[in-house]
Amino acid sequence: MSAIRHETAVSTGRTARVFLYLVLVLFALFYLLPLYVMGVNSVKPLPEITGGNMMALPRAWTLEPWRAAWSSAQIGVQPTGLKPYFLNSILMVVPAVAISTIVGALNGYILTKWRFRGADWVFGLMLFSCFIPFQIVLIPMALILGKLGLAGSIPGLVLVHVVYGIGFTTLYFRNYYAAFPTELVRAAMIDGAGFFRIFWRILLPVSGPIAVVSVIWQFTNIWNDFLFGASFGGTSQPMTVALNNLVQSSTGVKEYNVHFAAAILAALPTLAVYVVAGRYFVRGLMAGSVKG
Amino acid sequence: MSPPTSADFRTRLQDWLPRLVLAPSFATTLIFVYGFILFTVLLSFTGSKMLPNWSFIGLDNYVRLFKLQHWHIALKNIAVFASLYIVICTAIGLALAIFLDQKIRGEGMLRPIYLYPMALSFIVTGTAWKWFLDPGIGLEHVMHLWGWESFSFGWIKNSNMAIYCIVIAAVWQTSGFVMAMFLAGLRGIDNEILKAAQIDGASNWQLYRRIVIPLLRPAFLSAFVILSHLAIKSYDLVVALTGGGPGRATEMPATFMYSYTFTRNQMGVGAASAVIMLMTIAAIMVPYLYAELREKR
Repeated sequence: MSAIRHETAVSTGRTARVFLYLVLVLFALFYLLPLYVMGVNSVKPLPEITGGNMMALPRAWTLEPWRAAWSSAQIGVQPTGLKPYFLNSILMVVPAVAISTIVGALNGYILTKWRFRGADWVFGLMLFSCFIPFQIVLIPMALILGKLGLAGSIPGLVLVHVVYGIGFTTLYFRNYYAAFPTELVRAAMIDGAGFFRIFWRILLPVSGPIAVVSVIWQFTNIWNDFLFGASFGGTSQPMTVALNNLVQSSTGVKEYNVHFAAAILAALPTLAVYVVAGRYFVRGLMAGSVKG
Repeated sequence: MSPPTSADFRTRLQDWLPRLVLAPSFATTLIFVYGFILFTVLLSFTGSKMLPNWSFIGLDNYVRLFKLQHWHIALKNIAVFASLYIVICTAIGLALAIFLDQKIRGEGMLRPIYLYPMALSFIVTGTAWKWFLDPGIGLEHVMHLWGWESFSFGWIKNSNMAIYCIVIAAVWQTSGFVMAMFLAGLRGIDNEILKAAQIDGASNWQLYRRIVIPLLRPAFLSAFVILSHLAIKSYDLVVALTGGGPGRATEMPATFMYSYTFTRNQMGVGAASAVIMLMTIAAIMVPYLYAELREKR
């Protein structure tokens, strides 16, 4: 969000202001409603949901649905709960985010401070790759992962997310480093500092904010990805795929309370990141969209 | 002092190092993006079924694709979904941004509430809305319990209306983000312009219609590009919310591609549908990115 706060010049009357607040609060309720419904129903025993009111507070509070969602709910054929899938997601997200951010930082550094002929073309090609519909790469990706022996494995998913993530991370760091004074880099070069030394000693120390943006963006996207996880996850499916399997399973009684607890569990890491570093989250969304 | 040859080698290495470091990324992009696109395009001209097979059959897959009822449903759905999704998100986003920009108390509290859905995955959003819209336990049921017996809201079970449920959930997820884009645009407008217009006697309505909204043109363009891109890619939300149903009523190009390629063993047709999706997105993104890159130079 814009850091510059300023007063609008527009003045509004009293009735208009009441209307403004009314609309704003109604929309706040609209956005909060599904979260409320999920939260409140995840701590109710099942009969209270099927026989009762979705909006009502629980009469008998219970944490059993949360325990079931985490460690005993039937997902696919195994009653494992979401725990192993949560671990899969972590094992996939951490290396994928780290690698794509480091590579993006180096790329951005090169594309702004070590420009060569055709650098804009290289960047343009990488940039467009951020926006392709992934359906266009699903078939060859499935074949390649099979050939490499990475199909259905965590390293395979890491590879996929790094490959389709570096376009965005490069974009972030390139736009950020473009504003960094090139004279400082030139001066360091004249003093005999090399490629990596300049990066390490001059660019990296000022890269904090954009690194946070990049990490948050990548973390959110990769954690929330479903298409790649469902296509290439195999036995190492991430959280999103497990949640979908749990909710869509057609056998047995539908345990809504467990579904809701599971949905919140799947959303918790990205929500936590959003609560802690929401400002950067928004900045990342903007940097990825407004500045091409 | 190092011998001249070695120093020479080192300067030349310094010259090449940047390109060397960039090379793996570039090669990866060329292979995994452009090579793969080429592969899928070629595949769409072959008679591949369960596995790729390189017997070329010309445009047959495209001819078959456009004769398929499912594909026509998918195209109609994406047209309805994308246009409603883009228009409603833009309208809500713009309205909320303008309202929030009126020295609102509690803005710092409202903004994150509008925005948090963007942090959730479409699978979570779909799960939440699926039950909320379910007539058996969701909104309809609640209204009945609250005494409004005749209230009926079964869109998600109705083939003609289910697509609008996807619009509702998608708007819920992204409209706050569009608000953030417009708010940033509004905060970037020079206040002097607005003050001058007010002195000239412009009403609030005129002020926004004639001056502010035209100044927000870049934000409109970005919102349009991002939203249309999200709409065409929408796969997860459909899977989680309706599974493409009832029947095939909410089939989209993304779900069509997946089912024809991986479950119906019609890889050639699936590849052809992916190519159509890519061309649609490229028609929007390429001019936009080109203009953005040129502007920055």
